[in-house]
Amino acid sequence: MEALLQILSDLHPDIDFEKHEALIDEKILDSFDIITLITEINEEYDVRIPVDEIIPKNFNSAKSLYELIKRLQDED
Amino acid sequence: MLFTSYNFIAFLLILFIVYYSIPKKYQWVLLLAANFVFYSFSGWDNVVFITVTIISTYISSTKISNLYSGQASFLKENKGMLSREERKAYKDSIKRKQKLLLIICLLFNLGILAVLKYTNFVIYNINNVMGMFTNVELPFLNLLLPMGISFYTFQSMGYIMDVYRGKYPAEKNIGKFALFVSFFPQLIQGPISRFDDLSKTLFKEHDLDFKNISFGIQRILWGFFKKLVIADRILTAVNTITGDPDNYQGIFVFIGMIFYAIQLYADFTGGIDITIGIAQVLGIKVQENFIRPYFSKSIKEYWRRWHISMGTWFRDYVFYSVSVSQFMMNISKKSRRKLGEKIGKRVPVYLSTITVWFATGIWHGSSWNFIVWGLLNGLIIIVSQECEPFYAWFHKKFNIGHTFLFRLFQVARTFLLMCSLRILDCYRNVGISFRMFCSMFTNWNFSQVFSGKMLEIGLKKSDYYVLLAGVIILIWVSLIQRKGSVREKLSLKSEFVHYAVYIILIVAIITFGAYGIGYDSNQFIYNQF
Repeated sequence: MEALLQILSDLHPDIDFEKHEALIDEKILDSFDIITLITEINEEYDVRIPVDEIIPKNFNSAKSLYELIKRLQDED
Repeated sequence: MLFTSYNFIAFLLILFIVYYSIPKKYQWVLLLAANFVFYSFSGWDNVVFITVTIISTYISSTKISNLYSGQASFLKENKGMLSREERKAYKDSIKRKQKLLLIICLLFNLGILAVLKYTNFVIYNINNVMGMFTNVELPFLNLLLPMGISFYTFQSMGYIMDVYRGKYPAEKNIGKFALFVSFFPQLIQGPISRFDDLSKTLFKEHDLDFKNISFGIQRILWGFFKKLVIADRILTAVNTITGDPDNYQGIFVFIGMIFYAIQLYADFTGGIDITIGIAQVLGIKVQENFIRPYFSKSIKEYWRRWHISMGTWFRDYVFYSVSVSQFMMNISKKSRRKLGEKIGKRVPVYLSTITVWFATGIWHGSSWNFIVWGLLNGLIIIVSQECEPFYAWFHKKFNIGHTFLFRLFQVARTFLLMCSLRILDCYRNVGISFRMFCSMFTNWNFSQVFSGKMLEIGLKKSDYYVLLAGVIILIWVSLIQRKGSVREKLSLKSEFVHYAVYIILIVAIITFGAYGIGYDSNQFIYNQF
C-alpha cells in the first residue's frame, strides 16, 4: 500500500489519497493519470490491469485500487 | 430525410400521435418501424448496410454473452472440483474464444466502414506517389457511403466491446437491439450512445407526459433556431471566404475562422438539440453531447465538453485498450530503461494519445486535413501536459488563477486555439490551410473590413444584425445554463411566458431562418462524418 500511495502522490502531491474516495467521480484522476498509474503499477507490482477493470469503482480510492491489485495478483 | 425538411416534420407529427395512441407495449416496435421508414428515405442500399451491421453484431455479441453464462454455470457446477490452475486454464480458453468473436466482428464492421470511407483516399495517395514516376493513374471508385455509418458502426462496436468486457449481457431480442443501433434521431450525427444508458428508457413503456412533451418541443425549436437562423445564415460567408483563399486572406481568414466556429457550434449543437428534443417527446433520455465547450479553459477541458460521446468512445475503446496492451507495457519497460524513469513512463501515454488523435482525425474525414488536425490536437494536449509543472509554478508564484480576467484569458486562448486548428476543416488542403493561417500574421489588411468587403461575402447588413442577436442569445442562454436548466427555470414562469417563448422561437425560425424549412441543400455538418 505504501508504494501505491507514493505512486499516487507523485501524480497529485496536493491530494490526501488515504482519505479521498471519489478520485474519478470528482475528476481528480483523468485518463492520462489512469494510464500512468497502470504502467507504474505494472512496474511496481508486476500486475497488468486489464482494460475491463478500468471502471470508476476500482479507481475511486487508493484502497479500492489496492484491492484490485491484490485480486489480480491472486488470480495470477 | 433531413431534419430541416417538411417531410421530416410531418413524419415526426404522425409518429408522436401514433406513439401515444397505440398500446404502450408496442411503442418500441413502432419506433423500430419508424427507423426503417426514416432510413429507407435515404435509399434501400443504405438499409442493407445497417442491417448487416445489426445482424453480425447481434450474432457475435450473443455468442460472447453465451460463453460468459456457460462459463458461470460450468464453474458453479464444478465448484471445489477444479484446481486453481484448471479454473484459470478454462477461463483463458473461454476468453480466447470470446476474443476471436470480437475481433471477427470488429474487423468485419470496421472493415466495411474503412472500405467505403477510405478506399478513394488510399487511391488518391497511391496516385500521388505513382505520379512521381509514371503517368498511370488508378481510377476512383464510385462507392456508396451509407447515412450515419460512422455513428452506427461506432455505437455497435462500443456495444460488443462492452459485452466482451462483461459490462452487461447481450440483448436477447434482435428487434430491440436493432432499435438501439438504428434509433433514428441520433442516427445521422450522434450522440454515440451506450447500450446500458440508452436502453433504460428506449424499451420502456411511456405514458403521455406533458412536461416531457413541452420540454422536448422547446428543445427541438431551440435546435431549429440555432441551425436555421444562425448556422445556415453564416454558412455562405464561411464558404465564400474559405472557397477563395487568393482573395480572402489576413483579417478575412480570422473572420472566417470565427464565423466557422459559430457555424459549427450552432449546426452541431442545434442538431443534437433536435435529437435530444425528439427523444424527450418520446419519453427517451439521450445523453448530452455538449457542455458549453467554448467556455473551456484548456484544450483538455474542451474535449471533455465538445462531442462528449465521441471523446469518451475513443477514450474507453481505443485509448485505454492501446495504453494497457501488452505491447504498450513492453514499450513502457524498454523506454524506462533507455530514456530513464521520468521520460520513459510518459512514452506509453503519449504514444496512445497520438494513436487516438490520429484515429479521431481520420474518423472525421478521409483527407490529410483531418489527419493533421487530429495529430495537432494530440500534440497540443501532450505539450500542455508537459507544461503543467510550469503552470503550477506560475499560479503559485503569481496567484492570479482565480481572477476573472485570467479565466477570461484562458477561455479566449482555448477558443482561439481550437479555431486555429479548425482552419484545417475549412480549406481544400493542408498547404493552403497553413498558408492562410500564416497570412493572419503577415497580411495586415484590417482596413478592408471597413471598405465594404464584408458585404461581399454573402451577408447583408440585416444578416449581420440577425447573427449578432443570435450569437448574443446563444451566449446569454449558455450563461444561464451554468446555474441550471433553462427550461426548468422557464417552467416556473407563467403560462403567458411559456407561450410567448414558443411563439417567439417559431416566428424567429420562420422569419429569420436563412432559407426556410424545406430548403435542403444544407446538410448538418456532422452528417458527412
